[in-house]
This record gives sequence, structure tokens and C-alpha cells, in this order.
Amino acid sequence: MTEIQMPRLSDTMEEGVISTWRKNVGDQVSRGEVMAEIETDKAIMELEAYDDGVLEKILVEAGATVPIGTPIAVLGDGSGAAAQAAPAPAAPAAPAEPAASTPAPSAPVAPAEQGAKPKASPLAKAVAREKGVDLATVQGTGPGGRIIRADIEAAAAAAPSAPAAPAAPAAAPVVSNEDVEEVPLSNIRKVTAKRLTESKQQAPHFYLTSAIDVTELVAFRANLNERLQAAGGPKVSINDLIVKAVATALRANPAVNVSFAGDKMLQHKRIHLGVAVAIENGLVVPVIRDADRKSVSEIAAESREKAGRAREGKLKLDEMSGGTFSISNLGMFGIEQFSAVINPPEAAILAVGAARDEVQVRDGEFVARKILRVTLSADHRAVDGAVGAAFLQQLTGLLEDPIRIIA
Amino acid sequence: MAVITYRQALHDTLREEMLRDEDVFLIGEEIGVFEGSYKITAGLLKEFGEKRVRDTPIAEEGFVGAAVGAAMLGLRPVVELMTINFSLIALDQIVNHAAKIYGMFGGQTSVPMVLRTPGGGGQQLGATHSQNIELYYAFVPGLKVVAPSTPADAKALLLASIRDNDPVLFLENLALYNTKGEVPDVVEPAEIGKAKVSKPGTDITIIGYSRMAMVAQQVAEQLQADEGINAEVVDLRSLRPLDRETVVESVRKTGCAVIAEDDWLTYGIGAEIAASISDGAFDYLDAPVRRVAAAEVPLPYAKPLERAALPSAESLTTAVHQTLEAVGRRR
Repeated sequence: MTEIQMPRLSDTMEEGVISTWRKNVGDQVSRGEVMAEIETDKAIMELEAYDDGVLEKILVEAGATVPIGTPIAVLGDGSGAAAQAAPAPAAPAAPAEPAASTPAPSAPVAPAEQGAKPKASPLAKAVAREKGVDLATVQGTGPGGRIIRADIEAAAAAAPSAPAAPAAPAAAPVVSNEDVEEVPLSNIRKVTAKRLTESKQQAPHFYLTSAIDVTELVAFRANLNERLQAAGGPKVSINDLIVKAVATALRANPAVNVSFAGDKMLQHKRIHLGVAVAIENGLVVPVIRDADRKSVSEIAAESREKAGRAREGKLKLDEMSGGTFSISNLGMFGIEQFSAVINPPEAAILAVGAARDEVQVRDGEFVARKILRVTLSADHRAVDGAVGAAFLQQLTGLLEDPIRIIA
Repeated sequence: MAVITYRQALHDTLREEMLRDEDVFLIGEEIGVFEGSYKITAGLLKEFGEKRVRDTPIAEEGFVGAAVGAAMLGLRPVVELMTINFSLIALDQIVNHAAKIYGMFGGQTSVPMVLRTPGGGGQQLGATHSQNIELYYAFVPGLKVVAPSTPADAKALLLASIRDNDPVLFLENLALYNTKGEVPDVVEPAEIGKAKVSKPGTDITIIGYSRMAMVAQQVAEQLQADEGINAEVVDLRSLRPLDRETVVESVRKTGCAVIAEDDWLTYGIGAEIAASISDGAFDYLDAPVRRVAAAEVPLPYAKPLERAALPSAESLTTAVHQTLEAVGRRR
């Protein structure tokens, strides 16, 4: 008999929701078959059987949230099945290898931990979890550079006030008011809250804004789409062109494509762009890998497909992790300009506003132009002002001379 | 409440138990006429007679075996083995018979005997007379092994051992016989298998038993007075059953631990404690568990060498400092 446990499917996962059982009690299950769908903090993942057998018991019903390691089902030879027994399989699943040992797909925080894992005492790790401190950002003072509790406490104290904001919210006002409804936090909301709090507490943000003349870009896109459509291809959006331009500018300014990792910097050799997508109950950031090596059409097709699946919660974890830089576009809501919070462990994020008609002065004449404002939020531990400015300058150049984007 | 020696506490307890229960009798070498090598049984032959205070030949296997037989038939023998080193002669009776009879015969008979015996080095008695081989017995299921460090605990645990229906190794330490402590006028039998937090604290846990529990207590008080280090001291008192819970609970509180033992390091009691800590308090550890033990040599006769080989207050203090440095709580 094998007990199936709620697996740990990502480094940040603490609990999971069984969204659907694909098998019923009494069903024969073979190794590799999908037994259930599990909603983690980020995605819906498929739970595969690790053994052959009969699903004898479902211990956690669909819809319930349980911590990792909780037994969720029992797989056996069928003798214990409540339902009419399916023909008993030859051998009951051999060693009770719990599903929890599922190798987690590449961690969402991978970039910060690409180097050697930081050495930390078990207590330091436990306190770090509790206080929401990222070990990668802490310098160890114990023997051999081991991170000890004192280091975590110092790091947590250095991050002003609000310790572990999402985990332990300051005593909320008592909700005895019928005008207020208590809404439990979704996993995705919890993780977003935790990660962004960490980001704002630990990464010293600075902001650079550029007003970019996108008159040509808008015309270019119209022209491009006409041609693409004639060729039967999909259209591209302004955002797709921005993604490609950002990727190109990052290639020319690698100093922005980095992560701060405590006692070192990680220089990312590849350019993986996260493109923030608002979904019903939170925010997810699908990643377009090697964006600098893809054509605008490829980027357009991939973003559309991923954004669609993101809204259905069907993105796989590895499709949302490993970004090296993110873009957040609120232009479609008419937002003129805003500053985004860096998505750790990345070192910068670009906030893109709406293109607006504005009057500009050119050679002493008033002219009507389309202006787009972008704001770069950068982690000053990793990126300096001039470095960020050079990147924005390059990006502006590309967007104002759009033929270069596809060159 | 009286302040008496560890020796006196043992003597008083034996006498009280003999008065209380006429099934209790003493047996061993030189315990009668000579009144015991360490004078624990002084005056008892005169008071209780030869039937209840029995001198034996120098034949450990024989008289331990006799005690096992007596216990099986309903008496409560308290054997004195002159030193733990001589218990090796009786190893078969202790390990193969006393420990196993209850289980092997389906509980039809038990062996309610106590083997009192002193051990430990530091008295310049040479390698074969200065051992801490409690581990040999603590290893054996079916035996209970207790090792009190204070006069009050000596009394409470000896009461419990005599009244226990299983064979109990009652370990004394030569260095403790003359130590003094408060003993309440009325002492209840202790619960065998229960450790004691002899000094509460928050900074580090020091775990010891027998002589080293006393050393740990002194070191902890000194550290508190001199440096404001608030160490918690856990006196195991019983090696089997072993109170893992109290140890784990303490380490969960302090985050680090030093184990002090008079026996040898490799495979020692400390290794067992360290494993228990790793099992029960892994997520609470801020530093590796450190052990202080005797040098792994047959104990030398020469005084300076013997001193150097045994763990001391200094070596324990150093280990505490090193551990606290490792967790950033001492500069």
C-alpha cells in the first residue's frame, strides 16, 4: 500500500489545493498516469502516479487545501478499495515511495540560487522561512560563512517594520461588521504578497522614466500587421514590439540583466523576459525565454498563448520561473505612467504606460506626436543609475526607430 | 531539609528501605564486616544481621547470579559491585540473564534487583579501575540504568530502583561520594527515565549525567555570573530509559547544545543524545551539536595525564564558548 502525499511542486509551495481528481476510488492506475490536478501557489500541476495499483482511498477531496506532505490518497492492490474492486493487479506497488519525493521542477527562484546553495543552520532556515527572508540575500557570519539565526534576525530587522507581512498580518481589525466580508487569500495572492513585500523591503528601488516618441512605432506596427495579415500571419501588438526591443536593449546592456545574490552578482547570459499578466485572482508572470533570439511574430504568438493559459491557471511552473527581467504594461487601462515593484530575484522591471497624443515642440514648431512613458525600477544593489539610464536610452532609440527592432 | 553527602544519602536510603521491606537484602564483597569499600553500608550488618547483609567471596559472576535467582524467587537484592570494572566478570549474569528473564519466560517472573556500583576516573586507580562503561549496560534492552548526580537524586532514584520490578544498574561515581547537597526530609521515589532541567536557561543547552551533570551545573552558574550567559542544564539522571523529550525540548528552546560525558567519545552516550537532537530538534539547531568527553585512551595513572584525559569544567566552558561563537552570541 502506498500513501500518496501532497507533493512539493515548487520551492515556495507550502500547501496545495486538489483541483480535480482524475481518478475515482477503485480505478486502476498505472505508473505515469495522471491521478489528480493540483493547484499550487502558481499553477495547476498534474500529479502522476509513481506506482501501479488501485486508487483505494481518496483522503482529501477536490477543493480542499492541505500542507505539503499531507496524505491525500492511498494506492494499493485493490483489496482495500471501498468501491467494487477492479481486477487486482499483479503486484502491489513496491516500496512506499511517497509522491512527495517528486523532483520539483526548476525552482521559481532559480536564478538567485544558481550558485552554491547558501550554507545555513537549520534554525536559520526555519527563522528565514518564518520571517520571509531570502537566504540568498543574507551574508553568513557563522563558521565557514554559515548563515546563523543572528544573521537572519539582523536581515529581518534591517528590512523596516512589517516583518513577514503576509504570514503574520498585524492584528486585523475585528470583523464584526456586516459591511465587510472576509475573503480568504488565494495561494497566488499570498505568494504575490510575500514576494513583493520582500522585494520592496530588501531591494532598494530607484526609478528612471523616459518619454518615448512612438509615433513611428504605431505607424510601423500598422504597416507590419497589414503585411503579416496579407501573409496569413497573426498580428503583433505594441507590447510585442516593446518586448523585443527590451530584449535587444538588454543584449546591449547586460549589466541590467543581473541578479543580486548576497555576496555576489549573478550575470545572466540568457535573456528571459517575464511579461506580467493580470488574472482574476492575482498576477502571474509568464516568461518568454531567449526573447532576444525570437522574432516579433514568435514573441506575439507565444505571449498570446501563454497569457491565455495564465488566465485559465494552466501555466506550468517552469513557464513562470527563471525570468531575468520583467515588463509590466498597464497601457491598455489608460495609465499614463507608473512604477512597478521588482520581481525578485530579478534586478529590474519596466513599467509601460499608454501611448498618448501630445503636443511637442520640434524645430520651433508645435507638432502632434504619440508619446509613451516607461519607468524602469531597478535594484540599486545590482544596478547603478547610469547603467539603467544607458539601457533606457538604448530602448528609446529602438522604439523611436522601429525598423531596428526587427533588424 | 538537611545538607548531606551523596554517600550519606545512599546509606540512609538503603537503611530505610531495609526497615520498610524485609525482602530487601544487601549482597557484595566487603559490605558487612568491613562496612563497604566506600562505607556506604556502614553499620548495617550490626543492625540487620548476616542474613540481610551478606559478605561474599571475590566471585562476581557467582554472587550476581545468586542475586538474580533470589530476585526471581521474590526477594529484592541490592548488590554492591566494588567498582563497575568488576561488573565485567558478571556480564553474562547481567546481560544474558537479569535483562532477559522477564521477556524470555513470557513475564512469568521478573528480576527486581539493583546493582549498585561506582565508576569513573580521577582517583589515580589506573586504567582498569577508572572506567565509565555505563554504555555497555545502557545498550541492553531489559536493563534500566540510572546515574544520579546529587544526593537528593541519589536518594530518590535508589528508592525507585529498589522498588522497581526490573533489574536496575545504579551507577555511582567515586568523585561524587563526598559531594554535598540538600536532601528533603521526605523524599519520594523518582520516576526512572525522566531527566531534570537542573538550571533553566535560554542561550545554550548543556547535557550531562552523573559527575558531568554536576560539572555542567557549576560551569553554567559560572558563565551566568561572569559573562551573563544563560545556559540551560539538563541532567539526564537515567540512561535507559532515556528521556529524549526533555533534551529535545530544551534544544528547541536554545538552538544549540553541548553534551558532557565522562565516558569515551566514539559511540558514546553523547552520540546517542546528538542523534536524538538531530531527530527531534533539527530545525531548531543553529550550530552543530558539540560533545565533550574523555580522551580515547585507557586512563593514565600519572596524575597530570589523568587530569588531562578527563573532561573538566575548563574543557566544557571552552566548548560552550565555541558553540556560542558559532551562533554569533558571543564576541
